Amino acid sequence: MTVYMLCLVLFSIGLYCVLRKRNIIKIIIGICIMGYAVNLFFILIGYVKDGRSPIYAHDQAITKMVDPLPQVVVLTVIVLGLSITLLLISIAIRLYEKYGTFDITRINKLKG
Amino acid sequence: MIEIYLILIFMITAAIIAVVAKDLLSSIIAIGAVGIGLSLAFLVLKAPDLAIMQLVVEILSLIILIRATTRRDIPFSTSGRWVFNTVATLLFVSVFLTGAYIAIKFIPDFGSPLMRISRTYIAEGMTRTGAMNIVAAINLNYRALDTLGEATMMFAAIVGVLAVARKIGRKG
Repeated sequence: MTVYMLCLVLFSIGLYCVLRKRNIIKIIIGICIMGYAVNLFFILIGYVKDGRSPIYAHDQAITKMVDPLPQVVVLTVIVLGLSITLLLISIAIRLYEKYGTFDITRINKLKG
Repeated sequence: MIEIYLILIFMITAAIIAVVAKDLLSSIIAIGAVGIGLSLAFLVLKAPDLAIMQLVVEILSLIILIRATTRRDIPFSTSGRWVFNTVATLLFVSVFLTGAYIAIKFIPDFGSPLMRISRTYIAEGMTRTGAMNIVAAINLNYRALDTLGEATMMFAAIVGVLAVARKIGRKG
């Protein structure tokens, strides 16, 4: 319960960064933080108390395994998060070359 | 289970530093610290595949972010309705956290998940697919179409990056 709330506090820090900051790089950082929090939330939901990682071994002592399904989903999401970051940064670099600033309010006022 | 609390508090501290730092480069280094903390948290939560993947992805995105901020431009100006904007944002975040607190009561407790589908995967994964690692078995056998879609989306993202960042043939 407390762990879930700490994870959501991390998410809301990223949300504050996205909503409030004016620099594009800071907004990308906020999106990264939100992605981390969501990934961590999935893995926290799948954790079994005193479990072990979902890999078979010949001399296994503990029989309980953690849930492997969220791990598979998060494995996909991590790679897609990298590609999202790549696309955002390339758009940010292109905007900087066109307008000469990372400030979103000034980009909004210019036309072109 | 004290480690996960320590790692989460470390991650929250690093995230706050990343948000409030004036210098963009130190902000990016702080986000790298958050990513390394996430990798450690995956290790503690018994997900070693994810820890390796997160480490690699974190280093790659750190390099790309540093490339983007070599030309610096930090808007310090806080003109406009600063108080109103901050209060509205904080109000929205607190409403979100309250709603999440109410919603979290309905999911199972930490450490005792519902495992309806995964129970079958864990019981029969070894004999049916022959893979020692259940994550690899699900990823490449039970949910192979999911992985195909992931590869397609990666390809689409790379095509998008090339289309945005290409210099030859642009008309200004």
